[in-house]
Amino acid sequence: MPETLTKFIFGRLTLESLPLHEPIVVVTFIVVALGGLAVLGAITYFKLWGYLWREWFTSVDHKKIGIMYMALGLVMLLRGFSDAIMMRLQQAIAFNGSEGYLNSHHYDQIFTAHGVIMIFFVAMPFVTGLMNFVVPLQIGARDVSFPFLNNFSFWMTVGGAILVMASLFVGEFARTGWLAYPPLSGINYSPDVGVDYYIWALQVAGVGTTLSGINLICTIIKMRAPGMTMMRMPVFTWTSLCTNVLIVASFPVLTAVLTLLALDRYVGTNFFTNDFGGNPMMYVNLIWIWGHPEVYILILPLFGVFSEVTSTFSGKRLFGYTSMVYATVVITILSYLVWLHHFFTMGSGASVNSFFGITTMIISIPTGAKIFNWLFTMYRGRIRFELPMMWTVAFMLTFTVGGMTGVLLAVPPADFVLHNSLFLIAHFHNVIIGGVLFGLFAGIAYWWPKAFGFKLDPFWGKVSFWCWVLGFWFAFMPLYILGLMGVTRRMRVFDDPSLQIWFVIAAFGAVLIACGIAAFLVQIFVSIRKRAELVDVTGDPWDGRTLEWSTSSPPPAYNFAFTPIIRDNDAWWDMKKAGYRRPLSGFKPIHMPENTGTGVILAAFSVALGFGLIWYMWWLAALSFVCLIATAIGHTFNYHRDFDIPAAEVEQTEEARTVLLTARGARA
Amino acid sequence: MKRSGALLLFPLALLLSGCDLVVLAPAGDVAAQQRDLLVVSTLLMLLIIVPVMALTVLFAWRYRQSSTTATYTPDWDHSTKLELVIWAAPLLVIICLGALTWLGTHLLDPYRRIDRIEPGQPVTQAHKPLRIDVVALDWKWLFIYPDYGIASVNELAAPVNQPIDFRITSSTVMNSFYIPALAGQIYAMPGMETKLHAVINRPGTYTGFSANYSGAGFSGMRFAFHGLSDQAFGEWVTQTKSAQAPLNRDSYLELERPSENEPVRHYASVDPDLFGAILNLCVERGKMCMNEMMSIDAKGGLGLAGVRNTLPLQYDKLARRGAVFGNDPSYVASICTAEEAAAASRAARDADQKYWPVRDLSPLRGAGLLSPGAGSRRADAKTPSLGLLRFEL
Repeated sequence: MPETLTKFIFGRLTLESLPLHEPIVVVTFIVVALGGLAVLGAITYFKLWGYLWREWFTSVDHKKIGIMYMALGLVMLLRGFSDAIMMRLQQAIAFNGSEGYLNSHHYDQIFTAHGVIMIFFVAMPFVTGLMNFVVPLQIGARDVSFPFLNNFSFWMTVGGAILVMASLFVGEFARTGWLAYPPLSGINYSPDVGVDYYIWALQVAGVGTTLSGINLICTIIKMRAPGMTMMRMPVFTWTSLCTNVLIVASFPVLTAVLTLLALDRYVGTNFFTNDFGGNPMMYVNLIWIWGHPEVYILILPLFGVFSEVTSTFSGKRLFGYTSMVYATVVITILSYLVWLHHFFTMGSGASVNSFFGITTMIISIPTGAKIFNWLFTMYRGRIRFELPMMWTVAFMLTFTVGGMTGVLLAVPPADFVLHNSLFLIAHFHNVIIGGVLFGLFAGIAYWWPKAFGFKLDPFWGKVSFWCWVLGFWFAFMPLYILGLMGVTRRMRVFDDPSLQIWFVIAAFGAVLIACGIAAFLVQIFVSIRKRAELVDVTGDPWDGRTLEWSTSSPPPAYNFAFTPIIRDNDAWWDMKKAGYRRPLSGFKPIHMPENTGTGVILAAFSVALGFGLIWYMWWLAALSFVCLIATAIGHTFNYHRDFDIPAAEVEQTEEARTVLLTARGARA
Repeated sequence: MKRSGALLLFPLALLLSGCDLVVLAPAGDVAAQQRDLLVVSTLLMLLIIVPVMALTVLFAWRYRQSSTTATYTPDWDHSTKLELVIWAAPLLVIICLGALTWLGTHLLDPYRRIDRIEPGQPVTQAHKPLRIDVVALDWKWLFIYPDYGIASVNELAAPVNQPIDFRITSSTVMNSFYIPALAGQIYAMPGMETKLHAVINRPGTYTGFSANYSGAGFSGMRFAFHGLSDQAFGEWVTQTKSAQAPLNRDSYLELERPSENEPVRHYASVDPDLFGAILNLCVERGKMCMNEMMSIDAKGGLGLAGVRNTLPLQYDKLARRGAVFGNDPSYVASICTAEEAAAASRAARDADQKYWPVRDLSPLRGAGLLSPGAGSRRADAKTPSLGLLRFEL
């Protein structure tokens, strides 16, 4: 019976699953396919596959993994932003009886995908990448605690991203909103593959995120250079530690709740169904018990970035280091006590709502203290307005507005009139763009010279900066106003023509942001072209304060030839003041981890497993699961995990740096 | 500089004057109180936000590198006095805001019966609340008026200055029932009943909609809410009664099928048990209702035999949605008759309705608020009013 056989092999996947009837998707597919082929062709033509595999894909070097995370975030930013601008366009034209250009089947996927991609596959990789690159350097370590796990985590994140991207061309993505509330996301109301793509993409990526959290906690706790007590850790490392604690404590909740949803969908359990004792409200609670800490997972490391940047570019010690640390820890703890503010309107009762409203407001106290600390770091400083500092000032002016509207939404009666409105959309974009994204751009501009040995081109950086900042204000201030006009989110068509002008302004803002993204890409391109001009051989282009600036740019594989000894929380500043001299002899062999391809293979099997489960190709799921376990066990028998960099090679590397530094000194 | 700034603001003011900020200028007393809270909270927070933003700009300018006159103290990183201020200032604001939140949340709890029609006019025994049962369907709204035995789809009407008691549920997925001009929103969830109490003060036609995404037809889930004078409302009821169609279980099941952008529809009569049946997911005859099932479970359940007996009772509309898994619809004979059960649940609900005015919860737990219903009994007593929030001292 060929039909049964086809069904066995392909499960639910048929030719109809390919969205050939959606011209927009077909064109996108052709563009992506041509672009992809061009990239693959170029890699093949220039014979780069071997280089990429040996030096990058299989690398366990935290710096390279960090950079790969950033590249992943950037690629996914383009996808997530395409979704954003499509939504803005739809909402700007769907008036006066016009249906716009997107049907609900397509539009509903777009806003779901936008949220999922921006949080899980843009913000998370960017943040993880930054922590991965910077933390070991800041604490004077040579790598993370578990280098292989780090590589595996990265590839699992890529695996999740691949599944999300696949949903664009094979089947469809969820049409549920980014948190996939049941019963809408249950099998009865979403029988198609969309929600399954959602579940398995997040499950695969979630493994990576959780493991990377464990890895960085261990690294920070166990691998600090001698003398670096907890209260001498740079603030970025502190915020990273808190973020990773949040990851490890909250991502298992997400994994569990998605597993329960998957059980409902696959084996007919009734955790979140309407009847048989199922309770969708439980899902809403559980997902936000993960979801609220998640927003602090995103913002805390960027608070760290702003602390480093403000202090460095003000040429001043960070004001109130201790209170900064305590503020971070307080935010970490409180972020677990506020989840219910996402659904005051579910009817929990006045006392419960008040409790969660007030705990939410309390978070603004340490956050406010942080803002004041940055202010007083600038006070009596000598501020250099390089790009990272410009982003920081823009952040302080933008984020405070977002913080204020956030506290406003924490007042339950106010939330009853603003919940799910465009005011809410404006609020969280205000904090995520104004906080997380501005912070990432500050961080990228700040640490780029450390990663590549040359600065980013300031002109294009400024173009990007102004486009982003103005674009943000144009795109989201109208949304605040629309929210006050009672306009709710996720609408596809409108019947009140007086709203249109605001959506047009918002769309204009989105176009400005598109220019900002384009200028950022141009900035990278131009900077690579002009790298000789922008080069920095000192390794300390900003007159930095923390340890990462003490080594060369880019740092050698082993980061530090000798492990530094720490006496102050601005370790490198202290070393510079004390007249530190680089040791030029007496090098010893350095013990380092060996590259491995297992992470790539495991992630590939995970993607196959997810794909099999999504399309009910049970044979594929079973086979890839067996292979996954077998590879994982097989890897435990791999005894070639480490090697020593010979002392001679270390000496050579350090000698090369000495030559560069002397040449520069002579020129100066 | 200043003049150009004003010039820039001018088109913005022009734009804003052209639009209807309904959240800031509602027509119902509950929404107006919510607006007041919103405005007061914003002003409170601006006490911190404005100085912070001003200081940011000032410091960024004053301490720029090129400034030759500014003091530079590279090692100054601590001041106990300043630290005290920067922690205490937000703390004070949050204490005020927290107190306001606690009071406001209890006062404006959507489950609490309103105790005033508008400022200075308390609810009295003369104000008989209008009961409206709301059902969110895919993708339209059904409004049942149990007091009048009528129903309408995508059109809601209520007399001005009369308290309205909404009981809200949904047939399939989550929605949120929201009329910005009237009062804040509350979720509509299948198998669950939420409540909202409100009053409309000004006659007019307002917009209501679902504020929680619920699937393909979500954008069209809008309805007109008419605030009418008593006389006009009477006419509306008469007009609705003149519609021929009755709303019974069969016509409900027909109506419940997913459809988008539904026109307004009226029903002259309504099966009095319908809302209870919708709420308990047992509109299809012969299906066991959730409340029956729960009461059986509460008494220890039906044992193993019962598991087999109840398995085919899956509610969710599997076949209709083209779901992959699930059972074909099949039914068991009910344990008591559906009519008996419905009558019992109706009696219980009515009892609850009668019970509330004599319930006295004072002293209230922590809230320091008027207890529900207390306002109507003590309407003649002078209740101290502190502007935004009225509470008993």
